[in-house]
Amino acid sequence: MSAEATSIPLKQRLAARGLDGLTLLVVPAILFLLALFIYPFLYGLILSFEPKAGGALSNYQRFFSDSFLYGTIATTLWLALPVTVATLGLAIPIAFRVRLMQNQRLLTTILVIPITLGTVLVAEGLLNYLGPQGWFNRTLMTLGLISTPVKLLHNYWGVMLSLVITGFPFTFLLTLSYLSGIDPALENAGATLGAGPWERFKHILFPLLLPGLAITFCLSFVQAFSVFPSAVLLGAPAGPTRVISIAAYQAAFEEYDYSMASAVAMIMAAVQLAIVVAVLAARGLLYRGPAGGGKG
Amino acid sequence: MIKDTRISTKLWAAANWALIGFFIINLFGMIATVVTSSFATRWLGTWLPADWTTRWYAAAWSEFQLHDVLFVTFQIVFLVVVISGLIGVPAAYALARRDFPGKKLVMLLFLLPLLVPPITFGIPLATVLYQTGFAGQMSGVVLANLVPTVPFVILVMIPFIEQIDTKIEQAARVFGANTFKLFVHVLLPLLTPGILAALLLVLVRTLAMFELTFLTAGPTSQTLVVALYYAVFASGVRAVQSIDAMAVIYMVTTLIWLIIALRFVNPTQIVARAKR
Repeated sequence: MSAEATSIPLKQRLAARGLDGLTLLVVPAILFLLALFIYPFLYGLILSFEPKAGGALSNYQRFFSDSFLYGTIATTLWLALPVTVATLGLAIPIAFRVRLMQNQRLLTTILVIPITLGTVLVAEGLLNYLGPQGWFNRTLMTLGLISTPVKLLHNYWGVMLSLVITGFPFTFLLTLSYLSGIDPALENAGATLGAGPWERFKHILFPLLLPGLAITFCLSFVQAFSVFPSAVLLGAPAGPTRVISIAAYQAAFEEYDYSMASAVAMIMAAVQLAIVVAVLAARGLLYRGPAGGGKG
Repeated sequence: MIKDTRISTKLWAAANWALIGFFIINLFGMIATVVTSSFATRWLGTWLPADWTTRWYAAAWSEFQLHDVLFVTFQIVFLVVVISGLIGVPAAYALARRDFPGKKLVMLLFLLPLLVPPITFGIPLATVLYQTGFAGQMSGVVLANLVPTVPFVILVMIPFIEQIDTKIEQAARVFGANTFKLFVHVLLPLLTPGILAALLLVLVRTLAMFELTFLTAGPTSQTLVVALYYAVFASGVRAVQSIDAMAVIYMVTTLIWLIIALRFVNPTQIVARAKR
């Protein structure tokens, strides 16, 4: 380091930019994540272009030419998108209702239970509960709504229901936390000026909530898109609910083809990223409209 | 606000409550089925089982070697909690107190493992861990579980640290405390509630973390949730009641810690990980 450039020591110049001994405390965490998150991802990306046989792109060629493999994208989207829309559709009105409650703690605690128990336990519970002799079918038959048990296991609906049970609380609590961040004075002002509940929702709360909803949509979708245990345990993993994570798992741990498994994982990440980017781009458009035109 | 008394508003409110009631009834029905089944002698085609017994718990305990599984589970969870605290809290402190070039990039690095679902990054991670020889044993499971928990601790702790007045630290510095002394004597006592909350949440999340453990665990490093998955996956080999007994043991272990955690944190914190 040349001394003539400046008389201030390097240590002080760095400290002025926020780099001193204390900042170094962040280094272990950065190194840890570089080694175990970024490096594996890059490694997987490179590995996916080094297949067991064939050219650099042959894993991807194989994926997109085999309907048993590329079909998993549609299967997974066909599960994840309806689940995300359904949970959001349920979560928004209920969050608006619960927001007015004085004591939300009991309800939020109940809703945290399925998230805490995790997908494996929910799948195991639903195997009993939704079965032909389970309490759900039994209740419906006693009420006279159906005459024979509804088949809800080992098909699309089993996975769908388990995703809603673990996804709804997540979506709801996220929506609620965004909703409680909106200043109640704005809604009160609308009410004072004579807006009814529907007008207040349509013109004030919903536009303000939309950016948060876009994030909620992304997170819920990404969670649902990576469904694994419930698709195996509750669905038909060989057919209608053969989701993309099953394809990746089979490539890695049944065929021991880590290169192919990495390729599937990269495709999975790419589809998730594509949907997230699309939603966030739309969020940019949606947000600017109401903020510019409505408040001015 | 003006109270709305129109019929349509009341109907809409009732419909909302009916929906949430329906959801909660089914949730508890599902949990109650598992608990009932685990105490049942024989349960076929009736509302309630023919008779009650506790022998399935003894059966599950020996069949699934739950003694070993629970021991392994608590070792893994303990290591994950301690290491993520040791790495995460100092990093959170540095991020809360300093602005440095590239801080946004660093924050993105910590946000990504929480946003990307475990199964997506778990497969490349497991590949690397298998090739380095970590996977298949406890160290690999711990390393894999740390990937989401370290950023989680950091993002939960940053707001906690930001609310502590910097004047307290400056006073300690004036009296000659170095960074280590400052941490032990000043910050740690002030941060204890926050650290406790963050680590309890890490504990609950690690107990329930299926994907990463499943992808990296060997036969002797399975946690309870992975053992439960294999039991359900191979159902037909064992009695249903015995699997249900294991599920109840898993539920109890997880829910005890959830109840303890909820004494220190708001339930929404489990979902909304960080202030955005």
